[in-house]
Amino acid sequence: MNIRPILASLRKHRLPVFLLVLEIALACAVLCNAVSMIATRWSDLGVNSGIEEPGLSLVTVNGNDGDRAAADIPRNLAALHGIGGVRSAGMITGVPLSNSMWVTATGTTPFDSTDMRQKASSTAVYIAGRGALDTLGVRLVAGRLFRDEDYIGAGIRSDYQSQASVVLISQSFAQTLWPGQSALGKTIYSLGHTHYTVVGVLADLAAPSLSGLGPNTRYHTIVFPGAPNSEFDTYLIRSRPNEQARVMREAMATLQRLQPQAVISAKTYAKVRAGYFDDARNMIAMLVLVAAIMLAVTAVGIIGLSSFWVSQRRRQIGVRRALGARAIDILRYFQTENLLLSCGGIVLGMAAAYGINLWLTMHYDVPRMPWFYLPVGAIALALLGQLAVLGPALRASRVPPVVATRSV
Amino acid sequence: MFAYYLDLAMRSLRRHKILTGLMVLAIALGIGASMTTLTVMHVLSGDPLPGKSATLYYPQLDPRDSQDVRPGQEPPAQVSWMDGMNLLKAGRADRQALMTGGAVPIQPPDASIDPFFEDARFTTREFFAMFHVPFLYGHAWSREDDSNDARLVVLSRRINDKLFGGADSTGKMLRTGGKEFRIVGVIDDWRPTPHFYDLMTGGYADSEGVYLPLLTATDLKFPTNGSRDCWGNGANIDAKTALCTWLQFWVELDTPAKAAAYKQFLLNYSRHQKSLGVYQREPNVRLRNVMQWLDHNHVVPSDVHLQFWLAMGFLVVCLVNTVGLMLAKFLRRAGELGVRRALGASRRSLFAQLLVEAGAVGLVGGLGGLLLSLLGLWVVRMQPSDYAALAHLDLSMLLATFALAIGATMVAGLLPAWRACLVPPALQLKSQ
Repeated sequence: MNIRPILASLRKHRLPVFLLVLEIALACAVLCNAVSMIATRWSDLGVNSGIEEPGLSLVTVNGNDGDRAAADIPRNLAALHGIGGVRSAGMITGVPLSNSMWVTATGTTPFDSTDMRQKASSTAVYIAGRGALDTLGVRLVAGRLFRDEDYIGAGIRSDYQSQASVVLISQSFAQTLWPGQSALGKTIYSLGHTHYTVVGVLADLAAPSLSGLGPNTRYHTIVFPGAPNSEFDTYLIRSRPNEQARVMREAMATLQRLQPQAVISAKTYAKVRAGYFDDARNMIAMLVLVAAIMLAVTAVGIIGLSSFWVSQRRRQIGVRRALGARAIDILRYFQTENLLLSCGGIVLGMAAAYGINLWLTMHYDVPRMPWFYLPVGAIALALLGQLAVLGPALRASRVPPVVATRSV
Repeated sequence: MFAYYLDLAMRSLRRHKILTGLMVLAIALGIGASMTTLTVMHVLSGDPLPGKSATLYYPQLDPRDSQDVRPGQEPPAQVSWMDGMNLLKAGRADRQALMTGGAVPIQPPDASIDPFFEDARFTTREFFAMFHVPFLYGHAWSREDDSNDARLVVLSRRINDKLFGGADSTGKMLRTGGKEFRIVGVIDDWRPTPHFYDLMTGGYADSEGVYLPLLTATDLKFPTNGSRDCWGNGANIDAKTALCTWLQFWVELDTPAKAAAYKQFLLNYSRHQKSLGVYQREPNVRLRNVMQWLDHNHVVPSDVHLQFWLAMGFLVVCLVNTVGLMLAKFLRRAGELGVRRALGASRRSLFAQLLVEAGAVGLVGGLGGLLLSLLGLWVVRMQPSDYAALAHLDLSMLLATFALAIGATMVAGLLPAWRACLVPPALQLKSQ
């Protein structure tokens, strides 16, 4: 199809052309950025926590008498084991995706506060009591889990450093610390000079907060063994998923009986994880809604302007038909015209999308948009344009040649 | 004339129902989305204590050791026990209060209520007067009670309702953390938004249910909430040292002159501490008022900012589309406009007529947008974030909705109206 006459006619209608191009450009710019934001959040939703989630329940006990922890905790755990359906139980200082995090700085060499920035990285810490790792369902990649003797004397110092001598580490964090080497038997330094021996590597165990430690640190986690202590406040209980509700109810009643002063609450791990992603899910819903409505509005705008355009040119169309143009030629004419306008809008829109993304990355915690979003957004807008113009173009193609002979 | 234009506008709008409907819908969607996010922004970035916040200041000192000093470094966000106590005792401001967040187990007098944990504020007495906390019953504890380990407590209305059915509970005893406390006051509903006096416990946290004298609570070793920064071997010893910052200190300074004098006092204090060998760094102080402090901490969540920008982008898309639709509508009526021109109407009056029509579309679109933003805010309130419950439309935002809707539509109508007025009347009349 010859585009020369189309361009000539577009030059005569600068204002509608300008508006159409602007509509498509804006929609393209906003769409690319909205989709990019959706994708970032969407990929977080499916993050692997590194634990066996179904069947895991958490019972939190507040108001413990810290001095009696060493006696109370083994007694309480024994009582929990006595509940029918409980497969295992243990205590821990936190769980993945719960937002409440213990943090330390770790490195492969000793460091102090002057060279901490270069030599150490922020690391999420879990202190797991006897039975906690089995209950969590972590997966060992190399080495071993804790032995009974690892828990003995493994208290917590007042600066929140573990008094244990061994540590487990997540696989990707181990790869960051010792690229290409086995982490087993290596020494890791925490808060400067306290050091521990790595005895096992875990399949990635997520931190309580995915972004709390900085970018790409979601698996910067280490696990210490812990003797019963006052910092333990969460009982982990594993049961069959369909028995969780009953087990949690009985566990709460059992613990309340043993510690009448304590404030006790329970929830399933599934609920903890869902709670962590509440904000992200809401944001996704809003972004999807806005993007969808925006596309609809843009389509409506294109339809409105195109139909106006068609009705303005009824006579011109009639003349072309009378001179021998087929209906399909008229249809193609309007489709090509829309494609040309879309192309103009898309080029502008991609530039704007890139600019907006750049501005957002500078001011907010927004990642750079992957380059392929731009062509995908462009194709989406071009298709939308074609779809929107179809109705008016079909109507144009049905204009009978006889119109040319009327009036004037 | 206006009434006539309005009549013409209504006729024309009724004639093209679909086109009009689409324009109204586009405006309503754009306004609805942008007003929802704008309202959330407005609520979240509001002044927690209007009329008072400009006189409340948050002093920051730098007691850290000389490790890792960088020029222009921000001092710690909180103060240490030693500095807080020194500043409190110096009493150089009109009012001052030292505080930290905490949590206390409450054993209700009524055995039918299970024990529960409640967020508490451990503070000194001027907290209440300084932050304009309204009392329902009783009053704050006295100045002496700040320093004599008094077992006194002030409750929030919510807790008083829960434990005492809303009755005047002053003088009664409350058992918390295994100790008996005498209730001296009950405060009325009070929720400054943001939770400016302690951002560490959540920027939009609800205000606490229980208020205890700071010294009493810390002596009883009640657990504190919030963040604690230590250096050297600070973490190894008691928290009441110079080596950990974990308390918030607020002062009231009625005039800018007093604020300047107080800043000078903080500098002198830092210098003095350095000469004593307690501080190792050069004096490094900040004195921000409430709004500056909120601004500095970027307290409005960045997702809220992103939603706002997205909604603004969406509004622009809607408006550009409205411009397009309006252009189509106005130009279609070139014949009618040509007749009016031929009968003597000036371009100016034609222009006015078309703008009235645009304004009418804006008004209806604004109404639709208002309904949509009420719906949007209702959805926001359903969300679990701690600020969700605050998302309500106030009168100023209501008026802003209509101003924005009508203003935006009139601006959108300018270009099409101008273009339509340029149509030469003779040509139109001829081709009819």
